[in-house]
Amino acid sequence: MSVTRRRFLKLGLTTLAGIGGAMALDGFWRGSAEASEVLTDQKALKAKHWAMVIDSDRLKSAENVQRMIDACHRTHNVPDFGNSKDEIKWMGTETYEHAFPGQENGYLNEGIKEKLFPVLCNHCENPACVRVCPTQATFKRPDGIVAMDYHRCIGCRFCMAACAFGARSFNFRDPRPFIKQVNPDFPTRTKGVVEKCNFCVERLEKGLPPACVEASNGALIFGDLDDPNSEVRQVLATHYSIRRKPELGTEPSVYYLIGGGEEHA
Amino acid sequence: MYKGGRIIAGLLLFACLALMPFLINIGKAAAKPSPQVNTPFIQQLTTQTCVESAAFMKTEHMQLLNQWRDAALRDGKTVYVNSQGQSFPISLENSCLKCHSNPQQFCNTCHTYAAVKPYCWDCHNQGGTRQ
Repeated sequence: MSVTRRRFLKLGLTTLAGIGGAMALDGFWRGSAEASEVLTDQKALKAKHWAMVIDSDRLKSAENVQRMIDACHRTHNVPDFGNSKDEIKWMGTETYEHAFPGQENGYLNEGIKEKLFPVLCNHCENPACVRVCPTQATFKRPDGIVAMDYHRCIGCRFCMAACAFGARSFNFRDPRPFIKQVNPDFPTRTKGVVEKCNFCVERLEKGLPPACVEASNGALIFGDLDDPNSEVRQVLATHYSIRRKPELGTEPSVYYLIGGGEEHA
Repeated sequence: MYKGGRIIAGLLLFACLALMPFLINIGKAAAKPSPQVNTPFIQQLTTQTCVESAAFMKTEHMQLLNQWRDAALRDGKTVYVNSQGQSFPISLENSCLKCHSNPQQFCNTCHTYAAVKPYCWDCHNQGGTRQ
């Protein structure tokens, strides 16, 4: 008996489904390492919302701030191009009126007027940079850190336009030749990607505090904002603090204690 | 055929030119790549195995590297536990390159053979820049 059209279609489709299913299963098995898993390091410092308090009173001189910047830039292989147009910074300095625009007035005391405040990525709770990134190269981690995946960055610089704090820098040139001493344990960046402070995630994962906090002699306080017993919460509960551009609603996680009167008291 | 001689000669010439790369390279197969794994660090190991079996690493290392990248960077998971239950820190520089301190002789041999240009070293520090 000759094969009917109906029987031919049924047989053909079953065969195709079988082949397709086998191929899908094969791909599934091969796609994952046998019985492997990934875990967090036992030593890692954990928090629900990492935050920093900058006690500007304890940063007496520009050298104090520079020491922190140097520690950061050394740790993270930040290049020094020697000109402000190409400059890359993870931590920088700003005067009061530039760091906290709208909160200045003409009669600020000299201590505050001339002081250079350390500025860095605020690791905002509502980060504008994350919203605009078309590739999700920058993203907010569950612990509040706004991190970057340089593998994905396409260098569109939307994040730089979106960031209200100028916390991001673009690699217009290959940074490698301009790094004085390469820290072999941390990658460099490449031409065409944006970079910024990462709150030292790589150090937190090893159980170490951020490099700038370590170099600050206690002027920077780092901890979990969601833990009422943490040092940052204790300090914020007992001191008056301000944040940069709070009116924008990005909810920065970097707080500043402004006293500034001591030197002139 | 009108001007058949010229047409056929022209076609032959074209075929010769088009096949030139193949004709020139006949019998000259590129040597099979032999990645070097005998670095000082590997020689000191008692059991010389990678994080997974060599067969797995040969076929799946790119997927594993992607998995490592996303785990470490996005989820903060920096420890890899392999199918034998051994754990390794997830790090290209501090795990892979600790043993394979010779990426030029290890990674590059196969990738050059396959005309694949990995851009890992644009950012990650290779053997040469390590102290």
